[in-house]
Amino acid sequence: MEHLIWVIPALPLAGFLLLVAFGRRLGEPWAGWLATLMVVGSFVASVALFLVARGSRGGENHVLTQRLFTWIPAGGFRADVGLLADPLALTMCLFVTGIAALIHLYSIGYMHGDANFSKFFIFMNLFVFSMLMLVLGDNLLITFLGWEGVGACSYFLVSFWFTQEANASAGKKAFVTNRIGDVGFMAAIFFTFVSVGSIRYADLLGHASGLATTTATAIAILLFVGAVGKSAQIPLFVWLPDAMAGPTPVSALIHAATMVTAGVYLMVRINPVLAEASPWVPTLIAIIGALTAFIAATIAVAQNDIKRVLAYSTISQLGYMFLAVGSGAYVAAIFHMITHAFFKALLFLGSGSVIHGMGEEQDMRRMGALRKLMPITAITFLVGWLAIAGVPPFAGFWSKDDILLAAYHKSPLLWAIGVVTAVLTGFYMSRQVFLVFFGQARWAESDTTTGEAEQSAAGVTDDSGETSTHAEDEKVAPMVHASASTASSPTSDAGDDHHDVHPHESPWQMTLPLVVLAGLATVGGALNLPFLRRLLFLEHWLEPVVHFGEADISVATSTKLVLAALAGIGAVLGILLAVGVYLRGRGDRSKIEAPALANGWYIDSSFAAFVARPGTRFFEAVAWFDRTIIDGAVNGVAMVVRGGGDRIRTLQTGYVRNYALGVAVGAIVLVGALLSRAVF
Amino acid sequence: MLASTLGPTPYLVLGALLFTVGATGLLVRRNPLVMFMCVELMLNAVNLTFVTFARELDDIGGQVVVFFVLVVAAVEVVVGLGIIVAIIRRQPNATADDISLMRG
Repeated sequence: MEHLIWVIPALPLAGFLLLVAFGRRLGEPWAGWLATLMVVGSFVASVALFLVARGSRGGENHVLTQRLFTWIPAGGFRADVGLLADPLALTMCLFVTGIAALIHLYSIGYMHGDANFSKFFIFMNLFVFSMLMLVLGDNLLITFLGWEGVGACSYFLVSFWFTQEANASAGKKAFVTNRIGDVGFMAAIFFTFVSVGSIRYADLLGHASGLATTTATAIAILLFVGAVGKSAQIPLFVWLPDAMAGPTPVSALIHAATMVTAGVYLMVRINPVLAEASPWVPTLIAIIGALTAFIAATIAVAQNDIKRVLAYSTISQLGYMFLAVGSGAYVAAIFHMITHAFFKALLFLGSGSVIHGMGEEQDMRRMGALRKLMPITAITFLVGWLAIAGVPPFAGFWSKDDILLAAYHKSPLLWAIGVVTAVLTGFYMSRQVFLVFFGQARWAESDTTTGEAEQSAAGVTDDSGETSTHAEDEKVAPMVHASASTASSPTSDAGDDHHDVHPHESPWQMTLPLVVLAGLATVGGALNLPFLRRLLFLEHWLEPVVHFGEADISVATSTKLVLAALAGIGAVLGILLAVGVYLRGRGDRSKIEAPALANGWYIDSSFAAFVARPGTRFFEAVAWFDRTIIDGAVNGVAMVVRGGGDRIRTLQTGYVRNYALGVAVGAIVLVGALLSRAVF
Repeated sequence: MLASTLGPTPYLVLGALLFTVGATGLLVRRNPLVMFMCVELMLNAVNLTFVTFARELDDIGGQVVVFFVLVVAAVEVVVGLGIIVAIIRRQPNATADDISLMRG
């Protein structure tokens, strides 16, 4: 059984290859079902392997390994395609394949009627394969392969509807921003090979205690740079909100549950190195995580796009995970990663269901009162809301509580930031829930206010269509005719979209994953309940992986209880504030949704301004240096050699007598030299 | 015997003369066949010198070298004559200067 680890990533790969070959012929919905089946198979294989690793075959540390083949043998360097299924990798495999299977199923309903239905599932299967290689790789290079693979799939899927300029550039932005982090990852691989002599985790982590502090610090920092890019932490988080341009199942799978948590996975994976690094490294990670959590939460408060709220919320929750990593609470980080995957995938899929039911409407100001029209979506979304807000006994409470406890142990200041963020989380999530599912139904009223302007604009386009049919109207001024046509024929084509908003519940392929995820978001906390040692299942399971780096948190039980109570009160406080503002209508909304918050503290726009002006000048200077100095040196060498060759080639006349003369003269000179030596 | 009474000098002078004739011929003639013969002349001039010294110094090594030179010369004749015949067939009256395809 342990020789069948390869089955887990191979099934999605097979699905990818089959869909590339036959996807178009299978068409809708069979291409989707094939992709779903492959991921379900992968999940079953993960469960089977988990049971094996739990049993006696896995040994004391529950580690299974498999070396498939040698990939790059190059002198002292050697990279194998090897798989490492230890408790950490298996945990990742289980929730990645499980959630991916649900989201594949959901996508069959969500992508219904899309022209590129089968292409979508090609990329989805490829993504799952890459993600599994990332978590199962037994060396840094395989992880990097998966790392780049998920990045490429993210690019493909963010710009899946690439005919719109904004979607295409959002994909590019995600890809380019990730490159910055990837430079750090690559440098870390080089550095690891130079200092350790191998890039296998077994060699790097097994001998971590022998590493010099500076070496460990360098490797940890470089890998952290990679993680900051992939997991959207300050300052590289700007790509994630734009990545919401992709289809909603993509946002749920890639930009909430799995890919963006790869950075956290990497940090947990190298925890022995982190333990050897200088103490400022974990502190830096914790500070970056706490700041990201706080700033992203403040931005989420003022967003109006249903998916952008969730995107900033994801960044904020990832910040919590890095806060946990920096505090040495690796188990808490993984615990929160799992529960977050449950409730954030649920929330994203719920928002996708809302968008689907509202006819591609994403602005929360045009929603409201949807709970009666979309009962299943509403109920499951409410579960997700309570879970992310951290209301006991839902999953988010337990994992967030673990992280806050660790942060308190690290520094009460970090804990304070975490609690304030928890209040904000409760607030912005409640704001979203109230705007979407409660209050007045605003999709109808928006027609009278904003719909009017669009309708007159639509009248112009309608008019141009009419003029082509009625040639005698060509001379009539378009605007005059436009007002006439809107008055006479109120049903113009473009206006229809806004008139006919009939929110409806989604098909079963979409609601079933919602129900399952809602169940998981409710009971997910049971993975690691803090009441008894025996109930800390996740902690015992992950112990072989994290025992080098895990901080020993010794806090009195009373303190623990107070902290947990404060976290719970914080969450409820946030919800109550939102109730006051958004349900009762107290306070001034515009003050809360300040422009600075709505624009994300202007971080994104300052980046853009920097890259546009001084950045461009700098990059042009670099390009000039490359063209003239670097290329000049290379071309100069070539020109010198070529010119010299041109001169010297004339020596070869092709006449035998010339050569013979040369030989004769040479012989005479040699003899003369020998004679002169002998004589003098 | 004759050799002992005359000493090595005449043989060496003859060898030097033959070599000079060969070298000069190689440089001034254009006919490939004649140039080839000049090369043979130079080789055999050297052979004569080798044999003379072998006799004078009582060292069999010189004579052994001569055998090697003869073998190499024979091989060279086989290859060289083959090439020359092929060239003359394509282009009768070809001189060595006409064959300059290897000009750089």
